[in-house]
Amino acid sequence: MRYLPLTPEDRKEMLATIGAASIDDFYTDVPEAARLGGKIAGLPDHQGELAVERHMGALAAKNRTASEGPFFVGCGAYKHHVPATVDHIIQRSEFLTTYTPYQPEIAQGTLQTLFEFQSQVAALTAMEVANASMYDGSTACAEAAVMACRVTRRQKVVLSGGLHPHYAAATRTVCEAQGIEVVQLAPGIDAELALAEAVDDETACVIGQSPNVFGTVTDLTPVADAAHEKKALLVSVFTEAVSLGMTMPPGEMGADIAVGEGQSIGNPLNFGGPYVGLFACSKKLMRQMPGRLCGETVDADGNRGFVLTLSTREQHIRRDKATSNICTNAGLCTLAFTAHMTLLGEKGLGHLAQLNHEAACMLADALEGVSGVELLTPRFFNEFAFRIPGDAGDVLEKLDGLGVVGGVRASRLYPGKGLDDVIIAAATECTSEADIKAYADALVKVLA
Amino acid sequence: MSMNSQGRPTSPSAPSAPPAIETVSGSRGLQQREDLIFETGSTTKTGVDLPTPKGGMDRLGGVTRKKSVGLPGLSEPEAVRHYVRLSQQNYAIDLGLFPLGSCTMKHNPRLNEKVARMPGFADIHPLQPQSTVQGALELIDQLATWLKTLTGMPAVAMSPKAGAHGEFCGMMAIRGALMARGEIETRTRVLVPASAHGTNPATAVQCGFTVDEIKADARGRVDMEDLKSKLVDSSDIAGIMLTNPNTCGLFETDIREIADLIHEAGGYFYCDGANFNAIVGRVRPGDLGVDAMHINLHKTFSTPHGGGGPGAGPTVLSEALADFAPVPFVVEEDGVYHLVEQRSGEGSDAFGRLCAFHGQMGMFTRALTYMLSHGADGLKQAAEDAVLNANYLQSRLKKVMTPAFDGYCMHEALFSDAFTAEGIETLDIAKAMIDEGYHPMTMYFPLVVHGAMLIEPTETESKAELDRFCESLLSIAEKAKAGDESLKGAPYLAPKRRLDETQAARKPELRWSEPDKIAAE
Repeated sequence: MRYLPLTPEDRKEMLATIGAASIDDFYTDVPEAARLGGKIAGLPDHQGELAVERHMGALAAKNRTASEGPFFVGCGAYKHHVPATVDHIIQRSEFLTTYTPYQPEIAQGTLQTLFEFQSQVAALTAMEVANASMYDGSTACAEAAVMACRVTRRQKVVLSGGLHPHYAAATRTVCEAQGIEVVQLAPGIDAELALAEAVDDETACVIGQSPNVFGTVTDLTPVADAAHEKKALLVSVFTEAVSLGMTMPPGEMGADIAVGEGQSIGNPLNFGGPYVGLFACSKKLMRQMPGRLCGETVDADGNRGFVLTLSTREQHIRRDKATSNICTNAGLCTLAFTAHMTLLGEKGLGHLAQLNHEAACMLADALEGVSGVELLTPRFFNEFAFRIPGDAGDVLEKLDGLGVVGGVRASRLYPGKGLDDVIIAAATECTSEADIKAYADALVKVLA
Repeated sequence: MSMNSQGRPTSPSAPSAPPAIETVSGSRGLQQREDLIFETGSTTKTGVDLPTPKGGMDRLGGVTRKKSVGLPGLSEPEAVRHYVRLSQQNYAIDLGLFPLGSCTMKHNPRLNEKVARMPGFADIHPLQPQSTVQGALELIDQLATWLKTLTGMPAVAMSPKAGAHGEFCGMMAIRGALMARGEIETRTRVLVPASAHGTNPATAVQCGFTVDEIKADARGRVDMEDLKSKLVDSSDIAGIMLTNPNTCGLFETDIREIADLIHEAGGYFYCDGANFNAIVGRVRPGDLGVDAMHINLHKTFSTPHGGGGPGAGPTVLSEALADFAPVPFVVEEDGVYHLVEQRSGEGSDAFGRLCAFHGQMGMFTRALTYMLSHGADGLKQAAEDAVLNANYLQSRLKKVMTPAFDGYCMHEALFSDAFTAEGIETLDIAKAMIDEGYHPMTMYFPLVVHGAMLIEPTETESKAELDRFCESLLSIAEKAKAGDESLKGAPYLAPKRRLDETQAARKPELRWSEPDKIAAE
């Protein structure tokens, strides 16, 4: 077994040093009825690299990749180009195979990158501070809801009709367990501002999204004002981090907490995970934040260094009184994010955002030119919803047959809500003009 | 002195004590100084070349960013150097033994990394039509089969994103079952041993339960008398959260009786599976009366820790809890896989959704690769070698250090600070290990042992490496016993000296800001 360095002689010698007769001596605390004889049945024995790679390769070959042809699926995860440098950096042994930086003297590499990550996220969202990441955007959203209840000592959160339904569901799961009331507004393509009407004196926070799951970008300032008037918080969500290169960021709209998905920067699609949850807030709420925080300090010689800090919020110190049970962060995915962001810089990010927006504008123009298509999203960044005559599932299946993965049927996210004829499609810098033409041509055929 | 053909000396001149060298650059030999990107980069510089935008297209409706972002950029060579220099300030398993107890820092096979990057896994979208991702769904199903078989449990929820998220999943399933029984209002108390990971009590509270702490006995196990006294009135018992093997590195000898007592009381048994790596192939949690248990793929099944994540925490469930598993889950029918994504039909008893999409696919590919590589025989051998290595360390180290409990351990050896001289603490020993070229052990955990030092070598260390480690740690332990004050200043040889954590917490600086802006504050 190539991963096990002990030889049979080593094992014998070590047992002798210990004074044990056999390995079984160490397992005598196991109740006799539960001791397994022999090896577990029903599983194969060990295999070499070649055999394993073939097995996994055969599974991989059954999937259609996003790079194989025209591809327009978004709704919370986006196909972007990741620079080769990023994957090289995250495979550095010293980053890949280290633990949480609990011993800062020998973890400054991880800690400094986390400090830079927090600084980048705060800048990107135009918020004052950010944490060292959450599991993903949806769990960050759930944590934000709970944090808002802690801050305001209220027990009600209101979710917009454009909040990604998976984010809403994850938030509902966490809130319901803690007796927090969740008010879900009806799905709406351009309905974020309805949050302003829904806030009352019991509301801890309203949660709005821009761009929302239908792609609509909204200035949430009126929602922030309405929330603040009732002493409630605005949680502003985004699932496409690249959008913040040109659309109005949470901090400019008066958000108290900003949460979102960072996958778009540096991380591949990975069929849904691992991703990286971004979490930022105002400085006065800093001590109520969940998750890890990295802070600046000095060492015994007076040199600048970084440490994990404010850990009295966390489960390993506070146990049942912790702000969250979260223990890990998104680790390597934060490194991928921060490395890609460093390569982009402000200039590259703005440029990338513009390319995404232009691809989506060209796609919208092309699809609007197809007879029967009705564009539904009034203002968008790189994603929009449109109506087609007929069932979106059928249409997407036929498009698939023509080599075009045309987007997400809205009814997959909103079953039974009368959105059966709605498709949500995204375009990115990876979308070529030929892809767009292929989509429009295929749609003409399918709808004919 | 001998000379080579160019007339240069081939051996160093007579040794002398090194002078205290201050360098102009701030670097020290291979230890390169590296500033923040905010100090070295520029908002006008970029390390990517993108096509020129066409211009003239705007469908944002005026919802645009008003102020500049303030993000520095670096060219590719500068960025590569930045991160490589920073990486060299990190300790890692690939550099040496990483004996962090309870964290299972084992070798991360590189085949796993290669497989996870196959485009068929890395470049597929979670909302693609299911007909185009049959291989991905099949992979999830295969991994689920391995996990169910190894644990002897009938069901598994695959979407939890980390260990603590798996705990949340398991406790929510228990909550779901209690709701179905109409007892969620009355059954609110969860028993948690004092030695538990901090995530356990935090999770119980997050699920709306209250925590009742059980004592440990003199053997480092659950105090059965204390447990029984907590069950005298059991009408409000929701369950117990117990780690096994526990955080003292010991197998809970009374685990079957504990399971029976909890079940008789009408509660459920949540097992924290963080230490499953000690017993894979030797014991199945399903045979111990467990109702729910998360499995840290990043511990037992070698997915990389990555400096703190990402993890993955699939959670196996008993027959009693299986129906309450969250959505989504994979179902196979006549060789076709489909995802149940809604709480209706097959998923109608689900407690809901834990997160967006279907779980940590990138970790699933690595974990399954690891399992296939080891096979049933290799996984069992790995568990046994982990336990053998820990007992070997324990037997060698106890010559100077004080074992917290008598007898053999499982996969990790626990010591108290009883052997140290007045004034020398566990922290000092840990920091001295850094100078010896090792990552310190877990310190001050579990809380039930004074000055705890928890050492987990894992199975991927050779005997020679263990011997070298013992020599280093024993020499430090001797110094600690003798009250050697030099330990208080350690580490001396690390990239940084001891860092001031108090200052960091008192005046938190969580992001970079312009120096003049700091002065103005």
